[in-house]
Amino acid sequence: MMAVHCRNLTKRYQAGGQEVMALRGVHLDIPVGQLMMLVGPSGCGKTTLISVIAGILDQDEGTCEVYGVDLKSLSDRDKLAFRAKNIGFVFQSYNLLPSLTAQENAAVPLIINGVKRPLALQAAREILDRVGLGQRLTSMPSQLSGGQQQRVAIARSLVHDPRLIVCDEPTSALDHDTGQRVMELLKGVALDAGKALIIVTHDERIFEFADTIAHMDDGNIVKSPSLQPTSTSPY
Amino acid sequence: MSYIAIRMLMGDRSKYLGIIMGLTFASLIMTQQPAIFVGLMTRSFSFISDVGLPDIWVMDPKVQFVDDVKPLQDTELYRVRGVSGVDWAMPLYKGLIKARLTNGNFQTCNVIGLDDATLIGGPPEMIEGRLEDLRRADSVIVDQYGANEKLGVKGPDGTLSPLKVGDLLELNDHRAIVVGIAKTTRTFQSQPVVYTTYSRAKNMAPRERKLLSFILVKAKPSVALEELTRNIESHTGLAAYTQKGFQELTYNYYMKNTGIPINFGISVALGFLVGAAIAGQTFYSFTLENLRQFAVLKAMGAGNGTLLMMILLQASIVGIIGYGLGVGLTSVFGWAMRNTILSFKFPWQLLVFSGVGVMLICLIAAGISIRKVMTLEPAMVFKT
Ligand SMILES: Nc1ncnc2c1ncn2[C@@H]1O[C@H](COP(=O)(O)OP(=O)(O)OP(=O)(O)O)[C@@H](O)[C@H]1O
Ligand SMILES: [Mg+2]
Repeated sequence: MMAVHCRNLTKRYQAGGQEVMALRGVHLDIPVGQLMMLVGPSGCGKTTLISVIAGILDQDEGTCEVYGVDLKSLSDRDKLAFRAKNIGFVFQSYNLLPSLTAQENAAVPLIINGVKRPLALQAAREILDRVGLGQRLTSMPSQLSGGQQQRVAIARSLVHDPRLIVCDEPTSALDHDTGQRVMELLKGVALDAGKALIIVTHDERIFEFADTIAHMDDGNIVKSPSLQPTSTSPY
Repeated sequence: MSYIAIRMLMGDRSKYLGIIMGLTFASLIMTQQPAIFVGLMTRSFSFISDVGLPDIWVMDPKVQFVDDVKPLQDTELYRVRGVSGVDWAMPLYKGLIKARLTNGNFQTCNVIGLDDATLIGGPPEMIEGRLEDLRRADSVIVDQYGANEKLGVKGPDGTLSPLKVGDLLELNDHRAIVVGIAKTTRTFQSQPVVYTTYSRAKNMAPRERKLLSFILVKAKPSVALEELTRNIESHTGLAAYTQKGFQELTYNYYMKNTGIPINFGISVALGFLVGAAIAGQTFYSFTLENLRQFAVLKAMGAGNGTLLMMILLQASIVGIIGYGLGVGLTSVFGWAMRNTILSFKFPWQLLVFSGVGVMLICLIAAGISIRKVMTLEPAMVFKT
């Protein structure tokens, strides 16, 4: 079973009358149970690719199936529901809601899924415990360090038990040790039965956590996913 | 999601207060200004309300409002009394007469002459003395505003001592002695009101052929007032209005022939515009600042309908708070001004009026924000 199965994905952007080919026929498979890292030079299309995979951006051509569901074929409504249930997000800039506490932030995906607030908060408390923030439930994001905020974000990406977790540069705003801890968490907490992770990164210090690494350049996967993480990566 | 919307709104304390201030301002102006306006307009006919007792006012057909006196001949009184359905009909004199104060100054007074026998048409309430004291020689009753202000006597040290019972006045060279102070409702006319008997008023007034200002009529029980007014008009060729009809005539005259409605209309429109500008602008920039938060919610699966509901809820909350504060401040203002010259009336229709105004502002503010959020691309969440 493939968590992600992409064939011939293309995506063009119009920017100031100029056309940019961000994806030029990408093939990509991520098996269930794997953590795949996506690396490549700036502007090569990594963010575009994971946006299509996560269903927040429509490709121009090609197909992208997530757990067998072709997102482009879904109605807007079904696509939202699919995202709400199946996708977890982690961002470089955390993107926590600044006026909610850590616990409330972590509960947001459940609330979007229609879970009643007390239950959602209870689940958020448990998951924050697991990422080591059980003591900071009522802290506001502004009162937390970068690493702590990213741990809240990871808790938020996991709280609704999604099957695919999509991360864009989750460690690049963090120092080395904090980055390592965050990755251990992601790897440990996320890869329960039946999940998959895709992580965009420049940060070669975390390559060791990957099951496979896909290299991208200029809108294409240039090196098929290799099971051997390279320590001599140019990125 | 409503919970998240509320927390989001209150999370940005300064914007939250800014929006509420804008709405409070708008709702204050949109309630307080019309309240003063309504108060002012009821003043235009408060003399008619004060007279109270008669059902019908009869006057020259050319009269346009209550202070527009066009005198009749005394004989008209008897013709009106002859109309069937009339229980009684009494004369009323209303005219401006110059008074000379004890310090030698002159002050124009609005003199009301009441039927000598019945004293019908007198002030609604006496503060000092009794209405019947008007039967004593040379007696007059003065309204409390006149007594305290324009007819007061300035002492050598500059302090104003009010006119008192027992003081003397000279009205057009006729001696008058104050026997009472009356409580009246303020009118548009700033002159002191002086009550006396009809025959004495005629004596004081400058010599003219006609001196009868109005004829006050009481209908017999079970006579329809509208019909009686028509009867009086067809029998006498005069104009007859019910009390309410005469109030409306006066009110409409001021509405049509003065700048008052336009001036207040401009204030209200300005309040609306300024409030809408402040609240709308702040709400919009609040939404713009939170665009990323909305995008994150969208990426995580919150639909446009949900976000729409969140923004409308946020707009309603600030709307209700701003409206409540504005209306509350207006009430406090009205209460604080209750004993001053300022007119202020706060009928429930005004609550609806300003409520609709505030709602419109909130809808405009939410509307521009909603457009922005609806067209938001969730893919922006990965942009740093
Ligand atoms: N919304 C957009 N409009 C126009 N062009 C875009 C847009 N988003 C991305 N691009 C362009 O598409 C190409 C791929 O962008 P993308 O963000 O996917 O690259 P990336 O690999 O994530 O880069 P980075 O490592 O710097 O984050 C770039 O040339 C970029 O300028
Ligand atoms: Mg990127």
